[in-house]
Amino acid sequence: MKISRDDVEKIAHLARLEIDDTLKDKMSEQLSEILQYIDKLKDVDVKGVKLSSGAAFQNNVLRNDVAHKSPGPGVTLANAPERDDDFYTVPRVVK
Amino acid sequence: MDLYTLTIKQARQLLDNKEISSKELTSALLNRIEEHDDGIKAFISIDRDLALSEAKKADEQIQADKAGLLTGIPIALKDLLCTKGMKTTCASQILADFVPQYDATAVSKLKESGAVIIGKTNMDEFAMGSSTENSSFQITANPWDNDYVPGGSSGGSAAAVAAQFCCGAIGTDTGGSIRQPASHCGVVGLKPTYGRVSRFGLVSYASSLDQIGPITRTVEDTALLMNVISGYDKSDSTSADVGTPDFTKALDLFDKESLKGMTAGIPKEYLSVEGIDPDVEKIFNESKIILEDLGVELKEICLPHSEYVVAAYYIIAPCEASSNLARYDGVKYGFRDTGSQDLIEMYKKTKSKGFGQEVQRRIIIGTYSLSAGYYDAYYGRASQVRTLIMDDFSKAFENCDFILSPVAPTPAFKIGENIDDPLTMYLSDIFTLSANMAGVPGISVPAGYSSSGLPIGIQMMANRFDELTLIKAGYGFEQALCLESKFPKI
Repeated sequence: MKISRDDVEKIAHLARLEIDDTLKDKMSEQLSEILQYIDKLKDVDVKGVKLSSGAAFQNNVLRNDVAHKSPGPGVTLANAPERDDDFYTVPRVVK
Repeated sequence: MDLYTLTIKQARQLLDNKEISSKELTSALLNRIEEHDDGIKAFISIDRDLALSEAKKADEQIQADKAGLLTGIPIALKDLLCTKGMKTTCASQILADFVPQYDATAVSKLKESGAVIIGKTNMDEFAMGSSTENSSFQITANPWDNDYVPGGSSGGSAAAVAAQFCCGAIGTDTGGSIRQPASHCGVVGLKPTYGRVSRFGLVSYASSLDQIGPITRTVEDTALLMNVISGYDKSDSTSADVGTPDFTKALDLFDKESLKGMTAGIPKEYLSVEGIDPDVEKIFNESKIILEDLGVELKEICLPHSEYVVAAYYIIAPCEASSNLARYDGVKYGFRDTGSQDLIEMYKKTKSKGFGQEVQRRIIIGTYSLSAGYYDAYYGRASQVRTLIMDDFSKAFENCDFILSPVAPTPAFKIGENIDDPLTMYLSDIFTLSANMAGVPGISVPAGYSSSGLPIGIQMMANRFDELTLIKAGYGFEQALCLESKFPKI
C-alpha cells in the first residue's frame, strides 16, 4: 500500500497531529515501506479464524456497583495544565 | 568489598546479618551513579535525599527484625511506572513534568516489601523502540561499549543493572523491551505471562501486549522480584486470578538433576531467519550443547506463522497505541501548547510538539489501520493472524517444556545505525514479539559475548503461567555456563 503526502495529511488530521512540512515526504516514504511489508498478511489464509483482541482469556470482569469516595479535585486536577478553580479550562470551542 | 557489586540475594544476607546497612549500600550505588552516569545516561531522575531517607527507614526496620523481602534494597524503575509524588515522564516531552498522584501496583508492592526506589530509568519514548534512542531526553549508552545502544525500550533499566547502579530494576515488555536490552547488556530479563503482574499504574502503550517484569544480575534475583511483583489485582481487569507460586523455592531445591528430562523446542522457522549474526548463531549453538549436557532434550518444533509475527505486531501495537495516546490532548495533564486560538488547533500543536517522531509514526500507522475502509484489512486481519500465532504456541507446548531461541538477530548495534530506518528496527524484534502476541512468558539469560566483546543472551519461552520452568532452566543454564567477566568495566 502506498501512502501519499496527501494521505499523511489526512491521517494526521484524524489523529490530531500536525506533521511538519519538511517531514511529510519522509513520513509518506517510511509509512509506505512499512505498510508494504505489512501487506504480507494478505498471504495468510484466515478464512473462518476468529479475532483475538488479547491474551487475557477473560471476558466481562465485573464488580459490585458501589460508589467510592472521589479523591477530590486537589488530586484529580493536580496535573492540569490550566484550570479555573475546580474546572479544566480549554481554548474557545464555539466561535 | 565494593557494595555496588552485590546482587539482591547477597545484599539481603548482608543486611539481615547487619554486616552492612541500607544507607551504606544506597550511598555506594548513588555515588557510582554520580561518578559514571554522565557517560551512560541510564537515569532520567534520581532523588538522592529520598532514597537515603528510605534507606534510613529500612535500616530501622532491619534493626527491629522486621525486614521484608526487599527491605533496604535499591531498585530502579523504568520511567513508565507511576510513582506517587515522583516525576514519571515516559521519556516524552508531553509528560516532562508529570507527577503521578498514585503508585502503580507493582511499585506499591515493591515499596511494601521495603525496596528503596533509587531512580527512574531512561527508555524509548512511551516504550516505542528497540534502542532507547527514541528518548526525548537523552540517549543511553551500552555500559559494555559506549558507542553501542543498550537495546530498548527498557534500555535505561538494563544499562543501570549492567553498570551496577542498582541491585535490580523493573522494566516493561510490549514486544521484547525487557528481554532484548537484557541480552544486549548481559543481564537477566523476564517478561512474565500476560496477566501475571498488574498493569495498574503502568502508562499504557499497547494494552493487550504490555507486561511488567524484572531485570537483574542473576536468575535468582529475577525469581525474588517475581515473588514481590506478581499477583492478582482488582484494579487491572486483565490481571489473572491464578495464585502466585514461590519462584525462589524452586531454586532452593535445585540440583544438577533438576533439568533432566525437560524438552526444549527449537522452532525450525527461526533457523531460516535472514540476517542472523554469526556470533549470535555460534552462541546459540553453544547454548544448545550446555542445555543438552544438563539433560535437556532438544527437539525441532514448528511455529508455522512465525513469518507473519512482525507484520501482525506492527499493526496491533500501533492501533492500540493510537487509541491509548489520544488521552494526551493538553487538557487533563501533561504539556499544553499555549497560544492556540481554538480547541482543535490546541490538540494538534500540543501533540505535535509533545510527541517525538517514532510515537507520531506509530499513531499514524494505528489511525490509518483503524480508519473506515481499512479496519478489516489491517486490524481485523492482524487479529486473526494473532489467533493463529497463539494456536501455534499452544500446539508447540504439547511437545516441549520450553522454546529456545536467540533474543535478537544481532548483538547491540551502534548508536545512530538504524535510527532512520524504522522497518529494519522493527524486523530486529523478530524473536521476541511472539511471546507478547501469544501472552506467554519469556526470559533472556546471558549466554556469551560477540567477537568484539558485546554480550549476547538466549531466550526461553514457556507456556502461559509457567515462569517456573523458565526460572529453573535459566538458573541451570546460568550455573552451568558460569560466565567469567559478568560486568563491564565502566
